[in-house]
Amino acid sequence: METTGFSSPRPDAFPAGLRVLVVDDDPTWLKILEKMLKKCSYEVTTCNLAREALHLLRERKDGFDIVISDVNMPDMDGFKLLEHVGLEMDLPVIMMSVDGETSRVMKGVQHGACDYLLKPIRMKELRNIWQHVFRKRIHEVRDIESHEGLEEIQMMRNCMEQSDDGYLFCGADLITGKKRKDVDYKQDDRQCSDPSSVKKARVVWTFDLHQKFVKAVNQFGLDKVGPKKILDLMGVPWLTRENVASHLQKYRLYLSRLQKGNELKSSFGGMKPSDFSSKDTAGNVCLHNSSTAPQNNVANGSYVVCGNKIPIKNVDSKICGEDMKIASVQMAESKEELIGVITDPQKSSNSGTSLNHSFGQIGSDVRYEPKIPAQFSWTEVPPVQFKQEPKPHFQSQSWSAEVRPVQFKQELKPHFQSENSFSHLPLCRNHIQVDCTEPILSHHPIPSTNEKDKRADIRPNCSKSRSKGIGIVNPVESKAELFSVQSKSHLPVCQEYEPIPCSIWNTKNHSLEQILLNDIDSSQRSLILGTGSGFRLWDEELQGYSPQGDFHPQNAGFENIESFAYSNQELIADIPPLLYDSWNFDFGNPSEATEYPVMDQGLFIA
Amino acid sequence: MSNSSSRERNLHRQLANMKHSLFDQGYLDEQFIQLEELQDEENPNFVEEVVSLYYWDSVRLIQNIEQALEQNPIDFAKLDNHMHQFKGSSCSIGAKKLKKECTQFEKYCKTGNGEGCKRTFQQVKKEYATLKKKLERYFQFARQVGCVEKACRPK
Repeated sequence: METTGFSSPRPDAFPAGLRVLVVDDDPTWLKILEKMLKKCSYEVTTCNLAREALHLLRERKDGFDIVISDVNMPDMDGFKLLEHVGLEMDLPVIMMSVDGETSRVMKGVQHGACDYLLKPIRMKELRNIWQHVFRKRIHEVRDIESHEGLEEIQMMRNCMEQSDDGYLFCGADLITGKKRKDVDYKQDDRQCSDPSSVKKARVVWTFDLHQKFVKAVNQFGLDKVGPKKILDLMGVPWLTRENVASHLQKYRLYLSRLQKGNELKSSFGGMKPSDFSSKDTAGNVCLHNSSTAPQNNVANGSYVVCGNKIPIKNVDSKICGEDMKIASVQMAESKEELIGVITDPQKSSNSGTSLNHSFGQIGSDVRYEPKIPAQFSWTEVPPVQFKQEPKPHFQSQSWSAEVRPVQFKQELKPHFQSENSFSHLPLCRNHIQVDCTEPILSHHPIPSTNEKDKRADIRPNCSKSRSKGIGIVNPVESKAELFSVQSKSHLPVCQEYEPIPCSIWNTKNHSLEQILLNDIDSSQRSLILGTGSGFRLWDEELQGYSPQGDFHPQNAGFENIESFAYSNQELIADIPPLLYDSWNFDFGNPSEATEYPVMDQGLFIA
Repeated sequence: MSNSSSRERNLHRQLANMKHSLFDQGYLDEQFIQLEELQDEENPNFVEEVVSLYYWDSVRLIQNIEQALEQNPIDFAKLDNHMHQFKGSSCSIGAKKLKKECTQFEKYCKTGNGEGCKRTFQQVKKEYATLKKKLERYFQFARQVGCVEKACRPK
């Protein structure tokens, strides 16, 4: 892999000097693309492994402007990489492939690709990739949160007016285009003369903030409400309508993504893989739609229900990070549905499975990336992505893994991507029941806004899920027929979909534990609780939690996980080396535990 | 003088003819021209380097396919994946005929036709080898022309 060094783009020469990261396992293409991009006067860095790419991206925060990646890669699905990048770094990602089938292209777009190129790629196609960077910047400026007053806007205006012609229009449009008064632009350190290089100050959507948001949304119903109303209801003075609008959009996407995932995995009864594939295509149904789905969409239903019930406060679910980046979910709808489901204990087995299911899905899909970037463009907890290897045991594995994350007691605030959180919610559901029971019961269900705790929770959880995933697999598997069935059916899905259609984000404080306790029969609970030795681990930790949820530090979790993993050699043996590798890769060594602390810092951007 | 320059011109013409025939006979497509356009002072042998890299790397891709074909039963998903990789790589140098055979292979793969795959793969390998020989000759000749050019250049 060749690197051209870290350097900032020259704002005045944009798009020249655009910093591109190219990821492709084919060395021939890598060479060609590199040359092409160089000819466009871009700064190119090449990479032939997805994980390496992620590594680079994380190391050099703000070191790249755009990522171009192939879809088929040996170590990680290109779509996964795409999500990671989008979630963690919020960079525009372009996908490439020889395969131009509509379904694939659609998948790319769904996962957030800003473009999809077909190989063989022409140079002229690469010349214009700067537009994606530019577009993103413009949108980000709109999200800029500013605590300053109008003077800032004035300053910005003046600044932009004096800027070079090339970008003047952009600045002017941004400012004058905003008719709302509450648009503030934060003045940035960098030269504002080049809007294209303006750094956006992002709103950090802390757990609390998001709670308020969801609460406001649910007052009206997700599809009926607009950002202005939400903003008014939230009563957060420094928040702008734009902030809310973009958050709302993400939330909706997240929910619909979950919905879609739900549908795919809807049958707990063991839907055939073919069923899933048929749902593979677009058409994420809003969660609320799923409520009208027939009972066979148990997964959906159960998800929904569970999701609702779980107090949103449990940011943890978010943290579960199955797939943080889930298209916005129709929370409102899901809420209702969730309620519906939960109230039907008969379905608990289903819901149980669904819970598991969702968890499983999540686990399998998501790859947990403990590193939460300091910058939260999403203002949410960075999704904890669990890398998922599509194997049946992983299903259960992930499930168990997921369960753990649920534990987070919403400590996970800032990095939370609304999407992530949503996605996690469902997953965590089960978890939440289990875990939350204790801490939550003892204290108000509203998650403590103790970010630190959350973070701590998440981390260990994440790590647990990660490494545990492997270890836990077996226990989980042995545990449930339910799960195994699901896992099979989910398998194909897991690969592709982000799990979690649970919209746990019910801001109405249904206390999670209440719901869970009431609706989930004890056997279910014990199943969840007792599943695998891995859970035991969790349980222990759970005990350790005080009502305030000051879960102790991630490091504890790490150790646990590590030891857990090691203690389950036979379980681990089952795991295909590749999967294990990826787990390792991601989370891999204890040394990575140190990343949590970093994340920590990052989390507290706000 | 005129001798050397006419010799140069001759060689150039021959080289051009070689290239044209490769295109006319359908061995190469537009992508090859793209590669040539990328060639510049910084990378004067870019096209040859890319082609060499392709032939070097594709060996393992071909092996993957062969191994997958030898399995019993054949895992068509895996086979398709391998072929997908190979095809993607082959289109990078503009290997037109080769690409066609790959597409045919993929069709058989999708229908789970093991025999069809095996047969087509023989064709694939044949095209692969043919193209390799032709390109080797082409580059060799191009180098000669280059040498002649240098030799003829006024010092």
